[in-house]
Amino acid sequence: MYEFLTGPMVWISFGIFFIGLIVRGVRYIRGLDWKLDRVTYGENISYGVRGAVRSILFWLFPYGTRSWRKNPWFTLWVFLMHFGILITPIFLLGHNILLKEKLGISLWTLPEAVADTMTVVVIVSVVFLILRRIALPEVRIITNWYDYVLLLIAVSPFLTGFLAYHRVADYYFWLMAHIISGHVLLIAVPLTKLSHFLLFFMTRAQLGMDYGIKRGGMKSKGMAW
Amino acid sequence: MPEGTLCNKKTIDTKEQLQALLADKSGKEYYEQMNDLDVDRKALWGVIQKSLKSRTKTWLEICSHCGLCAESCFYYLANNRDPKQVPSYKIQETLGKLIARKADVDNAFMQKCMDWAYSKCTCCTRCGVYCPFGIDTGIMFSYLRGLLYGQGFVPWEMKIGSGMHRIFRAQMDITTEDWVDTCEWMAEEYEEDWPGLEIPVDKENADIIYTVNAREPKHYPEDIAEAAILFHVAGENWTVPSEGWEETSLAMFAGDWEAAKMQVESVYDAMDRLKPERMVVTECGHAYRATVIEGPYWAGLKTGKTPIDSLHYVEWVAEALRTGKLKIDPSKKIKEPVTYQDSCNYIRNGGLADVAREIMSYIAEDFREMTPNREHNFCCGGGGGLNGIGRYREQRNIGMKVKRDQILGTGAKLVIAPCHNCWDAIRDLEEVYKIGIRWSFLKPLLINMLEVPEHLKPKEE
Repeated sequence: MYEFLTGPMVWISFGIFFIGLIVRGVRYIRGLDWKLDRVTYGENISYGVRGAVRSILFWLFPYGTRSWRKNPWFTLWVFLMHFGILITPIFLLGHNILLKEKLGISLWTLPEAVADTMTVVVIVSVVFLILRRIALPEVRIITNWYDYVLLLIAVSPFLTGFLAYHRVADYYFWLMAHIISGHVLLIAVPLTKLSHFLLFFMTRAQLGMDYGIKRGGMKSKGMAW
Repeated sequence: MPEGTLCNKKTIDTKEQLQALLADKSGKEYYEQMNDLDVDRKALWGVIQKSLKSRTKTWLEICSHCGLCAESCFYYLANNRDPKQVPSYKIQETLGKLIARKADVDNAFMQKCMDWAYSKCTCCTRCGVYCPFGIDTGIMFSYLRGLLYGQGFVPWEMKIGSGMHRIFRAQMDITTEDWVDTCEWMAEEYEEDWPGLEIPVDKENADIIYTVNAREPKHYPEDIAEAAILFHVAGENWTVPSEGWEETSLAMFAGDWEAAKMQVESVYDAMDRLKPERMVVTECGHAYRATVIEGPYWAGLKTGKTPIDSLHYVEWVAEALRTGKLKIDPSKKIKEPVTYQDSCNYIRNGGLADVAREIMSYIAEDFREMTPNREHNFCCGGGGGLNGIGRYREQRNIGMKVKRDQILGTGAKLVIAPCHNCWDAIRDLEEVYKIGIRWSFLKPLLINMLEVPEHLKPKEE
């Protein structure tokens, strides 16, 4: 089981992850329609590129936009969570040892204490987001079970990894739980709302082009995100 | 499939149809008939399948329900932070469900969609600016309006409005003759005070073709005279077209995309016919949005641009002040505190925030910004056609509280609102809330501040 999950299954999960995202991206772009969306994607390209880049960059940095600044705590935890989720698994020592064993390559790695802290930060961020969903009426009304499932899918590899690493109770159980939840996360990215891993950039670019080309981009310094 | 005589899926293309609708005061009978209107589910789903593409589909799909859009919405704020006014909630409950159910919906659902699409969203698109994914609920509500229009679920006034565009190529029943007569009348009326004043109709190869909002010839003809005076003083070589003079689009508010196309094409035809250098649009926000920003797409113009360069009135004013074509007498600048209403349609969605500030720098000594302002300004409360719909008057009046408080916050008693919808909404908010403010377009203020060259002044008898 362990051999399968750390061997062929890794190829399967990453295969679904990458191919799924490519399909998502291609379908998104192919589904854009200049006339229905009312944005000349293929014309006025310099304005479109400028609009898209601005729209992505301002939002990619914490407190880069008015919306981020207006919601300082949400912004803080959301960015910490995303940073932790994206960076920790790639530069984790344990993962890279595995990588070295299997493929003979490895990346630079995070000091273990740092990775451990980042893991805790991810868990705390998710707890914050769950509490926020429950506490704020304007968020509660739009929250459904699917939102909680996604948070669970995202946090599970971190929670289980943390427990396994610290040898809490049954190491093998938590290790297996960690590996399985990691696969679930990878597979879920292209198949669920977690596809915003890629689609964030797509939708941001699209609205950026809309503003850059049509909604004032040619008559101003660009949208003040 | 029952269809009412007044409320049905047909478009209004004849004067008889229009008369019948207008005779039904306040749409009483029209809304009665709406209760029996069937939903053609197959046709509706067909339209959705053809028009729902990846942009909107993805918006609906990836919304992570974070709620950042809540505070961006003036309706949410004006209704004491009612969670039912969160943009994400509003669109998921309407368009979202319509799609999830593959258009298998009933009359009650469609009426709810209509009520929400008009009385809970003015399509100001502010929420899209506050969403990390750039989900623009305003655009989606506009799309929903189009779907509703196709099924006959459209407020009475909007059905009439889009019919007007189809019949008169104007939002009101103004014929070419009415329009040309009004121009001649205004030129004569003001010629005594402004010797040589003209409103040239259908002059070819002018530098400027000037186009208006039908309310001007219908209710405020002096606005046309004021525009003429300012062009006259600035020494512009300008003209108005006898046909294709109307910029507004109630069809856009109604979601009648076919009529919207007809309307803007009448303006583009005038451009082709008269070959002017540039077009200047009157002080109207949605008119500019319709004809200059969205219109080229309805007309299928691949450049996404109008056939000739098109300017909103504020752009022309700023240019005229900058180049000295219009000169302001410094002693006549506005001395009292004054604020400026940023129209969603040409500021947030048109990029003209700096232009507006430039004008204020020439004409006002104590200009006070609203908070928030520029691209982040709140809708006046009357956008998206809401000013004109009796059925939602109460909701609109509640919505205007946000603008009221913004204006009060500036301490200014004078609000400059170079947009017909904003101007109306601010007039109405004064009527409802009595906060002691005045409101104005730019034109009358500018005329009072001008340094008029000697040769343009009337000769003393």
